[in-house]
Amino acid sequence: MDNNNLIQLENVSRIYQMGDSEVRALKGISYTIKRGDLLAIMGPSGSGKSTLMNIIGCLDKPSDGKYFLEGQEISTFNKNELARTRNKNIGFVFQNFNLLSRTTALENTELPLLYSDVPSKKSREMAMKALDMVGLRGRELHKTNQLSGGEMQRVAIARALVNNPSLILADEPTGNLDTKTGQEIMEIFTSLHSEKGITIILVTHDPEVAEFTHRRVYLRDGEIEREERS
Amino acid sequence: MNIAKTAKVSLLALNRNKMRSFLTALGIIIGVGAVIAMVSIGQGAKAEVEQRFTEMGTNLLFVRPGSMSFRGVHGGGGSYTTLKDSDAKAILENCDAVQYVSPNVNTRAQVVFGNKNWNSSINGVGDKYPQIRNWDVEYGVFFDENQVRTGQKVCVLGSEVTENLFEGADPIGQIIRLKKIPFRVLGVLETKGEAGGFGSRDDMIAVPYTTAKGRLLNIDNIQSIDVSAVSADRTDEAMRQIEETLRIRHKIAPGAEDDFNVRNMSDIAEGASEATQILTLLLGGIASISLLVGGIGIMNIMLVSVTERIREIGIRMSVGAQERDILLQFLTEAVVLSVLGGVLGICLGLGSSSLISKFAGMKTLVSIGSIALAFFFAGSVGVFFGFYPARKASKLDPIEALRYE
Repeated sequence: MDNNNLIQLENVSRIYQMGDSEVRALKGISYTIKRGDLLAIMGPSGSGKSTLMNIIGCLDKPSDGKYFLEGQEISTFNKNELARTRNKNIGFVFQNFNLLSRTTALENTELPLLYSDVPSKKSREMAMKALDMVGLRGRELHKTNQLSGGEMQRVAIARALVNNPSLILADEPTGNLDTKTGQEIMEIFTSLHSEKGITIILVTHDPEVAEFTHRRVYLRDGEIEREERS
Repeated sequence: MNIAKTAKVSLLALNRNKMRSFLTALGIIIGVGAVIAMVSIGQGAKAEVEQRFTEMGTNLLFVRPGSMSFRGVHGGGGSYTTLKDSDAKAILENCDAVQYVSPNVNTRAQVVFGNKNWNSSINGVGDKYPQIRNWDVEYGVFFDENQVRTGQKVCVLGSEVTENLFEGADPIGQIIRLKKIPFRVLGVLETKGEAGGFGSRDDMIAVPYTTAKGRLLNIDNIQSIDVSAVSADRTDEAMRQIEETLRIRHKIAPGAEDDFNVRNMSDIAEGASEATQILTLLLGGIASISLLVGGIGIMNIMLVSVTERIREIGIRMSVGAQERDILLQFLTEAVVLSVLGGVLGICLGLGSSSLISKFAGMKTLVSIGSIALAFFFAGSVGVFFGFYPARKASKLDPIEALRYE
């Protein structure tokens, strides 16, 4: 296997059982994502982008086919191994931020390290560094409800970064933000990509967001419709 | 995730909901407090009873008439009138394991002194009564053998009667009236105190049994005989000798039933402490139910808390929390709540048991055992009732949990 391939999907399907009927959310997707890519998964709602993101993010497993992340066959992992992989290799950024309420920016950022074997003193340092990277130095003790939408998303990015993951998955990261703040968040992603070489996958249906990426994969009805490069 | 981190996460979560945490723990606080306080009342009563019996002396024996049956109809205990003061004399003379005897007749009467009066228990006893009952006079003297033999109209007062009739004045040499008969006061007995719900032992007047029999009751028999054995380990021997003597004196054929019975102090003490043991169990049992209800309260709140924090659980899972981490977090929260509740409950129990003994006048006794048991029980309640909600939380699907509104 090519060592430069971060993600390799081989004929991945995902079938949901809805009572008596089967819903085929993904229909045999094969795709390879290289290390250091900045790519967008696009498509209308119901196209299967969320399902694909859940599988790539190790929150879910394919019903059929194989999924390799960093050469490991994720499709054979059990729940605990999936959790460990999410903890070590993947950072998530969500549309609605998904931060713990009534908790400081620092504690939110530290959260992934709580479930790793990093000692607490070291984890504080790492969290401070991550907050610094997203431009939140000096706001680390502010609680979630004292932060603006843009700041909350920056905390979420810091949390995704803190474990030095090989992959950041962002699901509509600008969906709840105004245009200007959205631009700022996208600039953070691009600079993380260019400066730190982190692989970033954006899931979006916003063409403006997709502008920032090098590759765009269009999904329709659980299949890859086309791919665009720029 | 190690224990220290788990504990930190749980404490932070509890701290974020202080009021709810406190209300949840309140069930356990009250439960543990109630168990400790209730058991302390039971144990106190037991200790009180035991102490009272040891004070009286373990070498004490009581002879009472048996129950009479006439043509198949049984009277109650003591319905025979066959016990005479000559029986008491015979016991003293014939039984070498017996040290003292005191024939008893009891009644109640209105006591009058000047313009005051008081209703009290009148005990007609022998001159050895203070030695047998381990009960000395505080001041003055007890009546002597001669005064008993000749049936003098003298008496010795319990401290409560003295208090009520004389109000601090010196009673020695004063004349009080029992059923219009004048009695001269010889002395006052030591205060024995409350008897743990059995009434005051100081509300009594001792008179020579001969006087009580002839002048107050007009009977020929006596109601019981107090006997003390020469030592505690010869009480069984004394009992046998008394039975033998009385069977001969009452001309009871071999194989026929006694018309009297002899009981020793340890039998009576055993019965009484058994009764208080049941009291302890009953009180403790009722209090345990409130502890159980407290536990169900914890489960209830934890279930609500899990539902309310589904999103939080999803976030934790998405950043790498394993099932075990979530299970331990919620279980720790439940255990911390119940242990904290247990500690506060112990304080509440100690406080209320000392208040009970102060204001209700009941003796209470808190034992380390009951504290340990209540605390252990509280901890187990936390684990037991915390497990189901914690497991429910840990089994959530991360995708659905993240999407939960």
